Amino acid sequence: MSVTYIDAIRAAQEKLLRDDERVFLYGQDIGVFGGAFKATKGLAALFPDRVFDCPIAEDAMIGLAVGAAIEGLRPIVEMQFADFSAIAFNQIVNQAATHFYRTGVPIPITVRLPSGGTPGSGPFHSQNMEGIYAQYPGLIVLTPATVADAYHMLIDGVALDDPVIYCEHKFLYRWLKAKTINNEHLPIGQARIARPGKHATVVAYSAMVHEAVRAADRLQADGWEIEVVDLRSIKPLDLDTILASVARTGRLLALGEAFPWGGVTAEVVARVSEHGFHLLDAPPQRLNSRDTPVPYHPKLWASHRPTPESICEALRHLLSF
Amino acid sequence: MRLQGRPASLYAAPVPTLDLPASTEKFAIDREFLRSAFQSMLLARILENKLSSLYKAGKIVGGVYLGRGQEAISAALGTALIRGTDVFCPLIRDQAGRTAFGESLLDCTRSYLGSVLGPMRGRDGNVHRGRPQSGMPAMISHLGAQIAVVSGMLFAKRLKGQLAGVVGATSIGDGATSTGAFHEALNLTAVEKLPLVVLVANNQFAYSTPNARQFACGDLVERARGYGFRGWSVDGTDLLACSTVVREAVRRARHGGGPQLIVAQLLRLAGHGEHDDAFYVPESLRQGHYGQDCIEVAMRQIIATGVTSVDEILAWQDQYAADVQRAVAQAQQEPPPDPYREDWTALSTRFPISQ
Repeated sequence: MSVTYIDAIRAAQEKLLRDDERVFLYGQDIGVFGGAFKATKGLAALFPDRVFDCPIAEDAMIGLAVGAAIEGLRPIVEMQFADFSAIAFNQIVNQAATHFYRTGVPIPITVRLPSGGTPGSGPFHSQNMEGIYAQYPGLIVLTPATVADAYHMLIDGVALDDPVIYCEHKFLYRWLKAKTINNEHLPIGQARIARPGKHATVVAYSAMVHEAVRAADRLQADGWEIEVVDLRSIKPLDLDTILASVARTGRLLALGEAFPWGGVTAEVVARVSEHGFHLLDAPPQRLNSRDTPVPYHPKLWASHRPTPESICEALRHLLSF
Repeated sequence: MRLQGRPASLYAAPVPTLDLPASTEKFAIDREFLRSAFQSMLLARILENKLSSLYKAGKIVGGVYLGRGQEAISAALGTALIRGTDVFCPLIRDQAGRTAFGESLLDCTRSYLGSVLGPMRGRDGNVHRGRPQSGMPAMISHLGAQIAVVSGMLFAKRLKGQLAGVVGATSIGDGATSTGAFHEALNLTAVEKLPLVVLVANNQFAYSTPNARQFACGDLVERARGYGFRGWSVDGTDLLACSTVVREAVRRARHGGGPQLIVAQLLRLAGHGEHDDAFYVPESLRQGHYGQDCIEVAMRQIIATGVTSVDEILAWQDQYAADVQRAVAQAQQEPPPDPYREDWTALSTRFPISQ
């Protein structure tokens, strides 16, 4: 018996619905159909009054969730793909994110974003939006990389009083498995050392944690011990854990699957440069996707995103200084 | 009864779906309702005239947006709603509706004058104010965005088993009907069968853009059927007509009649904001039927029907002017927000480590 990443997301939602009557699910095809990725499979049968199929209206879906949150409920909205949250962007960043600051009334909504690339998904079913949402004050942005984090961070995220952007990686849905869901977990806002090392630090999140670990395993053969930091949440960003790792290694590679202009990797490099410049033995490096839309063809896609090969190359460059 | 020599049928433009019960007199006079609605109109007008003066004297930072010419429809909606039960999200020209719904003068003057004691504490200002947990969400500037929020509040009340007898309402202008948010929200509201009243105040111009460059569907009320709303048209300069139509729409929403779309024809008797002289409004429109001032029309109506007297209206004017003066003076004397005391966080969650 094993639990996949998406099983964990489904189980977390079932637990939330069972334990907290303020929770309801709102999204496209999430009822009888169980969601485009089956993250809500069977939940409508268990909770027929709290799992709702909704029209293809991303803006209004978030608007409705904000209104429900004002009334004290805790909606979880499933975007069918993170890419489509662009339609809801206004309600997320201008309505939900500003509400507590403006009015003092918190908006505890959770927006689930099936994120990231998979082979053949193309430009509009592959995007990583976390950096864009993290730019806005008033949002918490979670990027679980493990089965246990997928479970616990969803439960902990819904418990927060602020709007949570929960970025779940589609590539991990069925590929990532665990024997069981480990009950021990870190709080939201704390990063994790996914792989200890001493020669260089890779700061990664979501699916890129696993690519970084693969790359680190390869470099092990050459005698390099690479530390991988899993950010877990990119907002709040656990700079303490990042700096502590860089203090150990003296070298930083910030790794992300999102587009290269700005974003999480730029933020990590900027903060380490600002607060830990004295810790660095080499110029901090970034590795992101290429600066084009996410291509459809698997061969193009595999060269668009960071891979163990390109991560190894970036690390060798970093270690050459 | 005929007022201003116009046939009664003009008071509400043709309304194909307005099938009031035969027993209902077309413009039944509810004295208390008209009296209350008119008082809100008058107070709003006096308050807004003061805000305009303060803006022109440089005492208000940012913009001032007036509802002059839109008080009748706004007040009718606010008066038809029940504070403490219903949800009302006003838009920028709804001072009269806010007043009718029970918003205090101080909430307005504190927001405009930047008192830290106001509901927005200087973090937001002017018309971007509200008390969401008292049934009045605070609008954002992105037009059409509040509709789904009000629907969400109704949706939540249904889940909590508290929707019976509750109505939600929100206002938008003709310009907002062009937005995707409007379309998404009306469609979703109808799918969810929520008791929402959407009031479109068609004041002929979205900022400076006339109806002809905004939509091509003839009359906006025609959209109601497409969305699954019941549609109503009304002359927004006519308090009697507004009161009748709005009350009926609200009554139907309250008693299971589903969502309602009211389109009020009127003319904004001010610029978009007080920085705008509205030079783009043709003189023919200003001199036309919708150029009439709804307060003057209402005054004639309530005097002619014996709801009140000229003397009483004059007494109200004096009282409201004094009330406004007091609310302005108090807000002006209150402290502004102190940047050194702000917590400068947009989250209610306090994380123990660096962010």
